[in-house]
Amino acid sequence: MKKKNMNNQNAVLAKDNDGMPVLKFLAEAIKPKGTFFTPFNMISLPIMVLGFVIIVIRFIKGIGAVTNLTQEVPWGLWIGFDVVTGVAFAGGAYVITFMVYILNMKKYHSIVRVTVLNGFLAYVFYAGALLLDLGRPWNVINPIIGNSFGVSSILFLVAWHFLLYMIAMLIEFSPTIAEWIGNQRARKILSGMTLAAVIFGITLSTLHQSGLGALYLMASEKIHPLWYSEFIPILFFVSSIFAGLSMVIFEGSISQKVFDSQISEKNHRSHDGILHGLSKICTVTLFIYFFLQVLTFVHGKHWDLLNSPMGYWYLTEMIGFVLLPMGLFFYSYRKQNIFLIKLAALITMIGVIINRLNVTVVGFRWDAAVHYFPSWMEIVVTLTVLFVEIWIFRWIVTRLPVLRDSPSWVKKQSSKL
Amino acid sequence: MNINRRNFLSVLGLTGVSLYTGEKLVAAQKIGNETEFYGVLYDSTRCVGCQGCESVCAEEHGLPEPAPDDVPVSGAVRKANENRRTVINVYNTSKGEVYVKNQCLHCNQPACDSACLTRAMSKTKEGPVIWNGEKCMGCRYCMVSCPFDVPKFEYHSSNPKIVKCNMCYDRVIEGKLPACVEACPAEALTFGTRRELIAEAHRRIINDPGLYYNKIYGESEAGGTGFLYLSPVPFEELGFNTTVQNRPYPELTKGFLYSVPSIFVLWPAVLLGIHKSVKNNNLEEEEYE
Repeated sequence: MKKKNMNNQNAVLAKDNDGMPVLKFLAEAIKPKGTFFTPFNMISLPIMVLGFVIIVIRFIKGIGAVTNLTQEVPWGLWIGFDVVTGVAFAGGAYVITFMVYILNMKKYHSIVRVTVLNGFLAYVFYAGALLLDLGRPWNVINPIIGNSFGVSSILFLVAWHFLLYMIAMLIEFSPTIAEWIGNQRARKILSGMTLAAVIFGITLSTLHQSGLGALYLMASEKIHPLWYSEFIPILFFVSSIFAGLSMVIFEGSISQKVFDSQISEKNHRSHDGILHGLSKICTVTLFIYFFLQVLTFVHGKHWDLLNSPMGYWYLTEMIGFVLLPMGLFFYSYRKQNIFLIKLAALITMIGVIINRLNVTVVGFRWDAAVHYFPSWMEIVVTLTVLFVEIWIFRWIVTRLPVLRDSPSWVKKQSSKL
Repeated sequence: MNINRRNFLSVLGLTGVSLYTGEKLVAAQKIGNETEFYGVLYDSTRCVGCQGCESVCAEEHGLPEPAPDDVPVSGAVRKANENRRTVINVYNTSKGEVYVKNQCLHCNQPACDSACLTRAMSKTKEGPVIWNGEKCMGCRYCMVSCPFDVPKFEYHSSNPKIVKCNMCYDRVIEGKLPACVEACPAEALTFGTRRELIAEAHRRIINDPGLYYNKIYGESEAGGTGFLYLSPVPFEELGFNTTVQNRPYPELTKGFLYSVPSIFVLWPAVLLGIHKSVKNNNLEEEEYE
C-alpha cells in the first residue's frame, strides 16, 4: 500500500516536470547556459568580487569604513541611487500591469512578464541594498513583526509597501514559474490571483512611489529650495510612470538583441508597435510632470535662485532632461522613428537619475561647507548590486518562459476558462 | 481609447492633488501643551564657558573624557558627535564674547520621533527624547529629519548606536537633576517644567531688558522645544538655526499620511471599476497567445 502511494507521487511529479525527475530537473536548472567568457561577464565578475569584499569590510568595521557619509549627510548614494532611483525605474511593472490587466490593452501583453520580473528583481535588490545601509540590520524585522510600529513614519509606510509589493509582484509572476515546472493546476490557481495582485500592487505603488518623495518632506530646510516643495510626493509619483516606461523601452531594446533566440517571430514584429505606444504615454506623462514642475516653481517664488549655479543646474534638468526627451518622444512617435524613441528613453532615464540625486544627494545640504561625494567603494557596491541583479535576471530569462512563449498546454488551459 | 486615458490621467492627477491639499487642511494644529514636559533653560549671559557640563556629561554617559586642550575658540564651531553629546562654543558678538551650549533641544513634537519607524526614538511623557537601541535599525532617518542635526551615528562601529543628549532621562525619573544642570557652577542651567521655565525666562527679560535680547529661543521654534535659550544678542549671531519653522515638523508629513487610507479605499474600487468596464473592449486587440 505504502509503496503504491509513493509510486503515485513519483508519477505525479514526473508528469508535472515534463517527465523529468525532480533532482535532474534542478540539476538542469542550475547548470550554466551559454558561453562564459563574454565581455559582460569579464567586466562584471571582478567588480562583483570586489563589491563583496567591500560589503564584508562594511559589516566588520562599520559603514564609515567604506562610505563618505557624515553626521550632516546620513543618506548618500546607497539610498539616493540604489533605493530611490532604482524603485522609480521599477515603476514600469505597475504601469504595464495597469495597462494590460486594468485597461485591457492586449497589445502590451507580451512584455508583461519581463517587466514584472524586472520590477520584482529591482525591488528585491535595490530595496535589499537598504540592508547594507542599515547600521543595525538585525533589527530590520522590528517594524514588521509588530513589537514597535512607528505608524507616524513615512519610512514605516515605505518599508511595509516594499514588502507587500514584492509579494504582489511574486504572485503576478508566479504563473510563469508554474509553467516552468510544468504544474498545470498551480498555474490555474496562481493566474486566478493575478487581477487581485495587480490591483493591490498598483495601489501600493501609487503610495510608495510618492512615499519615497515624502520621506524628504521633513528635511524642508536641508534641501535646496528649487528641489524641495510640498509637492515632492506627487512629482515622484508622476515621474515614476515615465521612469518605469523608459526602463521598459531600454530593457526591451537590449533583450530583443541579447535574448534574440527566446523571442518568437511574432513578438519581435510587435515590439516596434509597443515602443510607439509607450512613447505616446511617455510624452503625455512628461508633459504632465513638466506642468507640475512649473506650477511648483511658480508657487515656490524662487525666481531669484535661477541666476545661480544651482539655478543653472535646475534649468538644465528641466530643459535638457524633461522638455527635450518630451519633444523627442513626441517627434519619434509622429515619425515612427524607433532609434529616437530609444534615445529619448535614455535621456529620460538620465534625467530621472539626475532628479532623484538632486533631491537626495546634490541638493541635500547644498549649503554645507564640506560636500558629500560618494567614495569609490560606495560606487563599486552599487555596481555590484546592479550586476548581481542582471545575472539573476539572465539566469531566469534563459530558463523560464518569460520572453519565450508559454508551453502549449497553457493555451488549452486559458481557452477552457 | 486615447482620449479615455488622457482623461483618466488628468482625473487621477486632480484626485491626488485635492486629496493631498484637502487632507492638509484637516490636519489639526495640535500643540503638545496638555502634558507638562520637563525642560532646561540655558541662560547664555550667565555661562562662563568652563565646560564643566561637557565633563560630567561624558562621565554620566560613559563617553571619552574631553581632551584638556579642546576648548571653545571663537570663529571655530565645535560640534557634538558620537563621542560627546554636548559642546560649548564661544561667539564674538556685538556684545563681546558669548558662550552657547549645544545639545538636543527635546522638541515637543520631535521630527525624529515621528520619523522613526520602530519607535526607537521617542518623546517620553516626562519630556526627554530618548533612544532605544533594542528597537533601532540604524536607518538614520531621524538624522535626515532633525532640523537641528542633533542625532549622531557611530559610523565606525559594527554595532553602531545613535548618540544624542537624553536629558539624563534615568536621573530625571529618579527625581534627580540632569548631570549638566547639577554640575553648572554659574547656574546658567535651570531644570523645571517647560511652563515654569518660560515664565522664569520672561521674568529675567523683563527685569533686565538691557541685558537680554527679547526672545526665548525654543518657545515656538519647531513647535516648541524642551531646551530654552536666553541670549544677550540676536540668535543669528550665536549660530542658531533661525530659519527653522515654528510649526512642528511632523506636520509636514501629516497631509501625506492622511491621504493613505483614502487611496487604499478609493484606488482598488476605481481600478476594479475600470477593469470591469473595459473588460470586453477589444478595440486594441491584436491577437495574442
